Amino acid sequence: MSTVAAGDHHDHPESPYSIKRWLFTTNHKDIGTLYLWFAFIMFLIGGVMALVIRTELFQPGLQFVDPQFFNSMTTMHAIMMIFGVVMPAFTGLANWLIPMMIGAPDMALPRMNNWSFWILPFAFAMMLSTLFMDGGGPAGGWTLYPPLTLQTGDALPFVILSMHFMGLSSIMGAINVVATVLNMRAPGMTLMKMPLFVWTWLITAYLLIAVMPVLAGGITMLLTDKYFGTSFFNAAGGGDPVMFQHIFWFFGHPEVYILILPSFGVVSSIIPTFARKPLFGYASMVYATGAIAFLSFIVWAHHMFTVGMPLAGELFFMFATMLIAVPTGVKIFNWIATMWRGAMTFETPMLFALGFIVMFSIGGFSGLMLALAPVDFQYHDTYFVVAHFHYVLVPGSIFAIIAAVYYWLPKWCGNMYSEGLGKTHFWLSTIFVNLTFFPMHFVGLAGMPRRIPDYALQFSDYNMMATIGAFGFGLSQLLFLVLVIKAIRSGNKATSQVWEDAEGLEWTLPSPAPYHSFSTPPAIK
Amino acid sequence: MFAIKRLNAWLGLAFISVVSGSALAAGQPINMTPGVTDISAEVYDMHMIAFWLCVVIAIIVFGVMFYSIFAHRKSRGVTPATFHESTTIEAIWTIIPFVVLIALSIPATKTLIDMYDTSDYDMTVKITGYQWLWHYEYVEDGVDFHSKLHTPNSQINNDEEKGENYLLEVDNELVLPVGKKVRFLITSNDVIHAWWVPDLAVKKDAVPGFINEAWARANEPGIYRGQCAELCGRHHGFMPVVVRVVPEAEYKQWVVENAKPESATEYAAISE
Amino acid sequence: MSEKTSKTTRGAAKLALAAVFMFSFGYLLVPLYDVFCDLTGLRFTDEEAVALTPQELQEDSSRLVTIQFDVSMNQGMSWQVKPEMREMKVHPGRVYTTFYSARNKTVDEMVGQAVPSVAPIAANKYLVKTECFCFDNQTIAAGETVNMPLSFMLNPRLPPNVNLVTLSYTFFDITKNVSTANQLDSALAYK
Repeated sequence: MSTVAAGDHHDHPESPYSIKRWLFTTNHKDIGTLYLWFAFIMFLIGGVMALVIRTELFQPGLQFVDPQFFNSMTTMHAIMMIFGVVMPAFTGLANWLIPMMIGAPDMALPRMNNWSFWILPFAFAMMLSTLFMDGGGPAGGWTLYPPLTLQTGDALPFVILSMHFMGLSSIMGAINVVATVLNMRAPGMTLMKMPLFVWTWLITAYLLIAVMPVLAGGITMLLTDKYFGTSFFNAAGGGDPVMFQHIFWFFGHPEVYILILPSFGVVSSIIPTFARKPLFGYASMVYATGAIAFLSFIVWAHHMFTVGMPLAGELFFMFATMLIAVPTGVKIFNWIATMWRGAMTFETPMLFALGFIVMFSIGGFSGLMLALAPVDFQYHDTYFVVAHFHYVLVPGSIFAIIAAVYYWLPKWCGNMYSEGLGKTHFWLSTIFVNLTFFPMHFVGLAGMPRRIPDYALQFSDYNMMATIGAFGFGLSQLLFLVLVIKAIRSGNKATSQVWEDAEGLEWTLPSPAPYHSFSTPPAIK
Repeated sequence: MFAIKRLNAWLGLAFISVVSGSALAAGQPINMTPGVTDISAEVYDMHMIAFWLCVVIAIIVFGVMFYSIFAHRKSRGVTPATFHESTTIEAIWTIIPFVVLIALSIPATKTLIDMYDTSDYDMTVKITGYQWLWHYEYVEDGVDFHSKLHTPNSQINNDEEKGENYLLEVDNELVLPVGKKVRFLITSNDVIHAWWVPDLAVKKDAVPGFINEAWARANEPGIYRGQCAELCGRHHGFMPVVVRVVPEAEYKQWVVENAKPESATEYAAISE
Repeated sequence: MSEKTSKTTRGAAKLALAAVFMFSFGYLLVPLYDVFCDLTGLRFTDEEAVALTPQELQEDSSRLVTIQFDVSMNQGMSWQVKPEMREMKVHPGRVYTTFYSARNKTVDEMVGQAVPSVAPIAANKYLVKTECFCFDNQTIAAGETVNMPLSFMLNPRLPPNVNLVTLSYTFFDITKNVSTANQLDSALAYK
């Protein structure tokens, strides 16, 4: 099998220290690397913002920041983490892995690939620059609800423009994924033979193409309302501020699944490898993913149960939302059935994947509770919600991304990471992530609203705990950075299969994967 | 290497103690209030049912998983099985959650319908959100006033010790009679706010240009505290709600003392 | 290979078109939202409500429903507005007339727009306004008081469990918007 490019041109990358290489690269592996490092840098910036929030909340009273700046921090933290960390990190993984998994030489549209990455640094530089503008950065929450968001100062048009750029980037990334998966598969790689990571990403890409433009439309309406006299969201001109919420969450709920579906793909790759047993219920996994994606379009208003909807509306969105628990449950059960009677070992990627299953499920349970509309009146906009979505996003999406990095890092750089330190990283992350977010359930149920810079005395203990946890979690991620750099520079050489029982085309390539791979399509059994 | 292994085992133990320890930490509230209305009690019950249901599911699912992690590990010399699908099992674990969900949604639907039924009310209070205070208007009784945070800045800025009801105290409390069905009309003057009193299980957005409806019938006199629950700008964290529920006679007395005579005549009600 | 490339390009172009379509769909949600509101009775546009069948115009004198009139001022609106009466008991199917009086206590002419809203939501599409000051914006000279008429009826098909309907108006100050629009108009006319 010819897995390594035989061509004689562009066979070797330029030196990694050449700026030109990274600026002009159209190589899927280079672009994947760029995306992943970009996501990590944004993770640190967004993390620092989270720590500003947690520092202010360490004790009751206003200690460090102005409430307006605090609101800016919660807004920016969300935008950074969603658009700057989770989405680019998944796109990075898609770039690295999808061509190797389906036996393609590169992404289908390599030049667009370069463009879709290089928009991002500019978009986020612009977003961050708004913090220094007159009136401060955006402080109306990442949900940008009018009329509050229209009170933003000079920053508003810049915020909206940079979000357009982020959207453009992810739409281009998504188009590339679809084009690659549909057109570039090696002969014999039928759709139902594709690894689940490819499947989940394909569905995610369709979601992105469907909803990112809707967000673009919504925020453009905000812009014209503020500067061009339209009144989409202004009741005086026949508009309705609640309509923005409908448009936003029509985007926002599929977005939630954009942030989690690729994690399902990652976990579905890792569990079978370390259980030494094929994935249980492959077909039902694919169908469940499709079902979740479909349902994600008809549940948006569960984010707005308190907004004043007709009874029939509340009931419809409650039932539809509860229905999502079914396909999600199927996935969890399938993973556990995959482990059942396997022969498991617990290397770092497996630990993160198991952590994902348990803690994502905790987030799923609170999600089920939140779906009950009458009870949601008590949960809505409290720290209970904050706990819920951080459980699905941090030990959910972020853990899956970290698991993916540990799992495929030897393939990317050719060296093994330090297993002992990796496990330490896992345990530290798990302890601190729970110390941070578990107490938030308590304060939320006890009545603490979200997005407040100061709170009543009965919430103080658990807030203190959460702040300690947040610093611990943040610092633990520096260990991850050290580990990854160490593995890139040195470490035991990895074999091509890397893991004893790993299956998939990427493991047939040598480690590190050559700059050009599968220039001749591989044979598929 | 051995040291790291020991460290990791120690971390595993620490994890378990953190989870259980955080649940038991000092006597601050960790759960939803059952409140003081019939609805809030129903909501609380439903919350606890959903919670215990999740606990049971978690014990079963994670129990199977941890048993598998314990028993089916390579170090015990097991040979992996090769099965990878079973239509029966997959059908079962699709259908069972479905049934459980339907069971859960029945009481939820019932409570929701009750929450939407504002008929047979005894009095109406119109609530208007402002950046950053509340305005209350007793529609029938002709009383109206603003209600804003009463905690002094010196406490917020840590120059003075914080009082017992830090950030949850207002200058003018919303006084309501016990046992009466009070209908709330909720709107806003500027941006979206949300009026929330956990003990009444009422949380409703205040949207400028539109009125929302909610109701509560408090069964016990007392002081019930809540906060604005929708981000509304700089001082969102500083616009609490305080409701004082009093016996009816006391309420009537309060109305007499606080009613503005001109507004009562202005709004002389005319029946057909 | 080139065939494959063109297939890829075509596929990508289609996806890009889909993205453009979804952008327009974002705007399409605006009229769709109105349809959704009409269907569920969440918000209701009066133009469509006025067309009533003769049956619906039949007075139901056996039923008495309380209508509560309410008013709010939005941010920056300084008019004093009050309904003629705080509440009325009405028979469904019959047209009633009342008014709101508004006083502009400032020293400038002002333009206001009233936005109606109804509670409970279930009653929304059964409250029919045949004449309303909210259909147009209102101009009030400095210091003047104006009585603004309102004619309405309740559709007899109002759900039987509804015995109270609140009709609330929020007044917005749109003086600035109107003057900008006028300037624009006259500028265009001049051309």
